[in-house]
Amino acid sequence: MAVILTLKNLTLNRDGKKILVGVNLEIGDGEIHSIIGSNGAGKSSLAYTLMGLQGYEPEEGSILFNGEDIAKLSITERAKKGITLAWQEPARFEGLKVRDYLAIGAGGNGNITEEEIRSALRKVDLKPEKYIDREVGEALSGGERKRIELASILTMKPKLAILDEPDSGIDVVSLKEIVSLIQALKENGASVLVITHRKEIAEASDRASLMCEGAVLRSGDPEEISHFFINRCIPCDNRLYLQED
Amino acid sequence: MTVKTLKVLSEEVEDMGLAYAAAGGNTAVLHDHGVSSLVISGSKVLSANQTEGVELEKEETETGVNIKMTIKKGYRIPDPVHLCFGLIPEDGVQEINMDFIAEEGSAVELVAHCTFPNAVKIVHKMDAKMLIGKNASLKYTETHFHGPHGGIRVLPKAHIKIEEGGRYFSNFTLIEGRVGLLDFDYDVDAGKDSICEMVTKVYGKADDLIKVKEKISLNGENARSVIKSRLALTENAVSEFIGITEGHAPHARGHVDCMEVIQDNAKAEAIPIVRVDNPLAKVTHEAAIGCVDKKEVETLMARGLDEDAAVDVIVKGMLA
Repeated sequence: MAVILTLKNLTLNRDGKKILVGVNLEIGDGEIHSIIGSNGAGKSSLAYTLMGLQGYEPEEGSILFNGEDIAKLSITERAKKGITLAWQEPARFEGLKVRDYLAIGAGGNGNITEEEIRSALRKVDLKPEKYIDREVGEALSGGERKRIELASILTMKPKLAILDEPDSGIDVVSLKEIVSLIQALKENGASVLVITHRKEIAEASDRASLMCEGAVLRSGDPEEISHFFINRCIPCDNRLYLQED
Repeated sequence: MTVKTLKVLSEEVEDMGLAYAAAGGNTAVLHDHGVSSLVISGSKVLSANQTEGVELEKEETETGVNIKMTIKKGYRIPDPVHLCFGLIPEDGVQEINMDFIAEEGSAVELVAHCTFPNAVKIVHKMDAKMLIGKNASLKYTETHFHGPHGGIRVLPKAHIKIEEGGRYFSNFTLIEGRVGLLDFDYDVDAGKDSICEMVTKVYGKADDLIKVKEKISLNGENARSVIKSRLALTENAVSEFIGITEGHAPHARGHVDCMEVIQDNAKAEAIPIVRVDNPLAKVTHEAAIGCVDKKEVETLMARGLDEDAAVDVIVKGMLA
């Protein structure tokens, strides 16, 4: 499988603390790749660093996207290359209609049809007639806003979608729909890097990586990585022990 | 001579039509005899139309027009009444004195566009007295367009009295073009079981100066109100918002909600004032001033917008 994203020795410090410690990782083109690990392992920081958010500029290392180092590019430049991010807690956007928000990812209202917007809403299990003219920030529940966030990723048709805990705040029934959505992104041609605490999502991935204390400890078969995490990493919560294993 | 006068008048009507459209108005409604409307350029009444249930008196003065509008008892006017005020030249004064009465049980929507597309040295004053009668309803939407120069002083002042069961909703918007100086001063006397909602949305740029003072006195039992203000400021614009709600009667409920975003060297001050002298009344407030939310900007950038375009989407959303 061709590689779409390669991280080499990616290092990030924030406020004098080491957040990412020499991360090495490869994501295959068209692959669903889960990142799992305990809270504070650096998973979300990795996502923000890949998207180029302010305050997440790496000190060292490279981020190769289709062979090009994008570590110095702005968020917009990365987005124009086909990379996007869905936040764990989506922004509220007072006054912005759902239809306009979904059109932004497609390059504006002129680049997307009404039916494409409706279709994206249906794929995240939201009734278009109920949501399309509502405001993104209009007293929607956390789960609804998360679905709208994912719908906006769908309309953008990215090459690499980074999803930061799409499962948080989602009930068990909806979890299956999130898995379907991730697979739909893959079918649309996207590679998906998904940060998750849910076994169901990790095991629906092509591969998974385990992060601990800012580093990727191991990558491989999702079930094996998930099993290792649950049985060895959680009781331990200590990287030194894992290294001795 | 007569021909020349008619030609000049015709040009003025046409110019006002264009200016009205620039402010967001639909010129077709000004020519619709089934819709009440009033068009004033400077101190000249260019056109006026009244429909059943609407009484319209107007008197031209040296610097403006005195208007008396009455919505007759029990009439619920089906289409909005359209008002267009403005000045086409770069300088001048326009003073509008408005005496508005919605008689008992009546209902009407007033849609006003105030347009000064070439303003360099203009003063626009409005002094309004509004009476919303028992169980009457007024929805008042006012949209301003001042052009790109900022050479205008806009001084709207209104006293609104809402009688028992009356409803008053206002929406003042000035988001396209420059503001110049805006000194907005409305106060409301809200009677028993009345409802009052006042929304103000202004986008200040360059060295615009925005002063907004809104005061609601909840004087009647069970009166309810909301003051909502949304201000966005960029460059060197300055704003001062004072939102006052007083609860003087049992079960009166009021809320003041002010949100301002600033960029560059802009300065904003928000002063929500709540006063309650009846133990059964309750008035609350919230005010937030800050820069544009970083996560919102970064989210839109992650969808491909550059930073300026992202900020523009967020600000316009807040002011929508």
